[in-house]
Amino acid sequence: MSKFLKVSAAVLMMASPAVAGDSLGLGRPALPEEIAAWDIDVLPDGRGLPEGRGDAFTGEEVFAEKCASCHGDFAEGVDNWPVLAGGFDTLADKDPVKTVGSYWPYLSTVWDYVNRSMPFGAAQTLTEDEVYAIVAYILYSNDLVDDDFELSHENFAEFEMHNQGGFIQDDRAALEYPMWRVEPCMTDCKESVEITMRASILDVTPDEGAAEGEEQTAAVVEEVVEEEAPVEAVTALDPELVKKGEKVFKKCKACHQVGAKAKNKTGPVLNGIMGRGFASIDGFKYSKVFKAAADEGRMWDEAEMAAFLTKPKAYLKGTKMSFAGLKKEADVAAIIEYLKSVDD
Amino acid sequence: MADELNNTSRRAFLKGGAAAVVGTAAGAASAGTPDPLITEVQDWASFTGEGVDETPYGLPIEFESDVVRRNVPWLTADPISSINFTPIHALDGTITPQGCAFERHHSGAIELKKDDYRLMINGLVDQPLVFTYEDLERFPRENHVYFCECAANTGMEWAGAQLNGVQFTHGMIHNMEYSGISLRALLNEAGLGAAGDLADKWVYVEGADASSNGRSIPMEKALDDVLVAFKANGEALRKEHGYPVRLVVPGWEGNMWIKWLRRIEVTDAAVESREETSKYTDVMEDGTARKWTWEMDAKSVITSPSPQMPIKHGHGPLVISGLAWSGHGRITRVDVSKDGGKSWETARLGTTQGDSKALTRFYLDTDWQGEDWLLQARAMDETGYVQPTKDQLREVRGENSIYHNNCIQTWYLNAKGEAENVEVS
Repeated sequence: MSKFLKVSAAVLMMASPAVAGDSLGLGRPALPEEIAAWDIDVLPDGRGLPEGRGDAFTGEEVFAEKCASCHGDFAEGVDNWPVLAGGFDTLADKDPVKTVGSYWPYLSTVWDYVNRSMPFGAAQTLTEDEVYAIVAYILYSNDLVDDDFELSHENFAEFEMHNQGGFIQDDRAALEYPMWRVEPCMTDCKESVEITMRASILDVTPDEGAAEGEEQTAAVVEEVVEEEAPVEAVTALDPELVKKGEKVFKKCKACHQVGAKAKNKTGPVLNGIMGRGFASIDGFKYSKVFKAAADEGRMWDEAEMAAFLTKPKAYLKGTKMSFAGLKKEADVAAIIEYLKSVDD
Repeated sequence: MADELNNTSRRAFLKGGAAAVVGTAAGAASAGTPDPLITEVQDWASFTGEGVDETPYGLPIEFESDVVRRNVPWLTADPISSINFTPIHALDGTITPQGCAFERHHSGAIELKKDDYRLMINGLVDQPLVFTYEDLERFPRENHVYFCECAANTGMEWAGAQLNGVQFTHGMIHNMEYSGISLRALLNEAGLGAAGDLADKWVYVEGADASSNGRSIPMEKALDDVLVAFKANGEALRKEHGYPVRLVVPGWEGNMWIKWLRRIEVTDAAVESREETSKYTDVMEDGTARKWTWEMDAKSVITSPSPQMPIKHGHGPLVISGLAWSGHGRITRVDVSKDGGKSWETARLGTTQGDSKALTRFYLDTDWQGEDWLLQARAMDETGYVQPTKDQLREVRGENSIYHNNCIQTWYLNAKGEAENVEVS
């Protein structure tokens, strides 16, 4: 047990005058509705869980729609995004695969994390039943339950995770400190010293110097200036609105990149998207509805984009984009203006 | 020379260092031909410079444009949930300027106005409360200097020497002077009577960003030295460090220093959030994992010379400079070895009295005649703890624990003055 948990009576005594001291009368009482809105943490014993339920079968659909673009259809992880399934009995291997199934000690942590932080870029948009269903599906993808398994507030506490017993409390104070709290050697500490490994052999050090980066930025700025001039003459972008749109675009940045170095991520690159055909960015895996729209020859004009950004799922049923939509018309207008400014 | 450096990549710069050793040391020093920088009237000695207000908020001069945070793109899936590194190779003293202090976000750096800021205290308290930013400024204020180190600092080096630059091996650290109020005062305001016996109680703290990163802190620490801070190095926190309010948990891993702090809950158990179970737990060789490894053990590293800071001035007097710190208190001594740990000499601490749980600067004023050196630093703290070697750590923990790698670092310095990240027997 850490020394911090063997709480010394002395420290708490010392602290107690302050703890018991007069209050300054600052702040105001938190209202029950406010506490309910923010106090959403769930403890290992299930305290804090709202009522609800969802089965793995339903979870598979929700997962495919809202999670799979990063975590893969089978929770296997895309690119560098976290793998959620498998890896059992690898924790003592050279490269342990730490997944929800193989490593996470408590199911409450999965529920709490999905509920508060996921999907990435659209946190706190899942319903409680969706969270139950997703968690049930993650268990299913780890072969821990069958696909008809339903998780609910009623059976939650019964579920014990595979690696629950795999953790010990910090034992450095007992194991390491006595070994290393000794007077160190100053002379003749070793007979010989050889270099056993060199970083230059592996060489994974990032190569970009600041100076080089700056040069590129400068070049990009020049390019933009050169190209923007004629464009402005035709469409006369409103610079204020572009600026506003750039701010709104932060909501999109978790999935979409723009600019000279932009790459397809969870969503496609958006350089020059306005005026382009649907599903026309090279190398991006579009959903079926997007491909169908492309086949119909649909183009991204202002009306299409505004409708899409206002209610993505209603506008193109089946889109993989897990974005709830922009509520304010002004935001939609601003972002469209901004997208017009990020030409190829 | 400066122009040449600005036009090359860092790696080319490192290679260039070799040529520099032979050539430039002379420039200013060689007697014989008069130095035109002295004998000729320079532009800056004749024409005027910029007036006041040219830059209402100043940035470093362009010649220092290399002193910036950098990231390691292959480390993470996305820069929005990622980390970058403080350019500690190029800094001196102990305070880290906010503008180049490393960033670690889980859902990006958000923009939260003071007017929109709310802090809630709830759970096992007598009266759950909501504070505005102005409310916080009315509590008694304190100023303290503390280091903040990510538990994963040096984490890429467990299995071997990997990254050739102290910025990348040790740059997940910064050291600032924080202005704020004690967490104890806030808990007192809400009243801890409802919590009963405090010995087994916790506070759960969480942020206002989309990750709402949350951690559980034992009550003893919460009542000890934890700060709710709103200024760093005299000015408002930067958005990347949690503007307008962050938690400061002295000596403990950076992940617990919740940014954009929005809620403090008194609980009777650890919440076991994602960041204290699936992350920030340390897998040992047998596959079991240590949890609740909060304290950052004593550590030090030579920042110059180092791979990004080759010796360019030629033979003769050389200042070896570095940083030391401990989450257990003050640094009492730093030893430096030039022969890979065979023999050691004690360095000079660069501050008369180092702050507790803050960075300490050390110097070894020495002479270099082009020898091959295997440079190491070894810190000791006020508990008598001596920074271990990488092999000592691996013997206890294996190579998979990712976090809490406080091993002794070795730089191989060659005859050209270039340094490389190596491991030694």
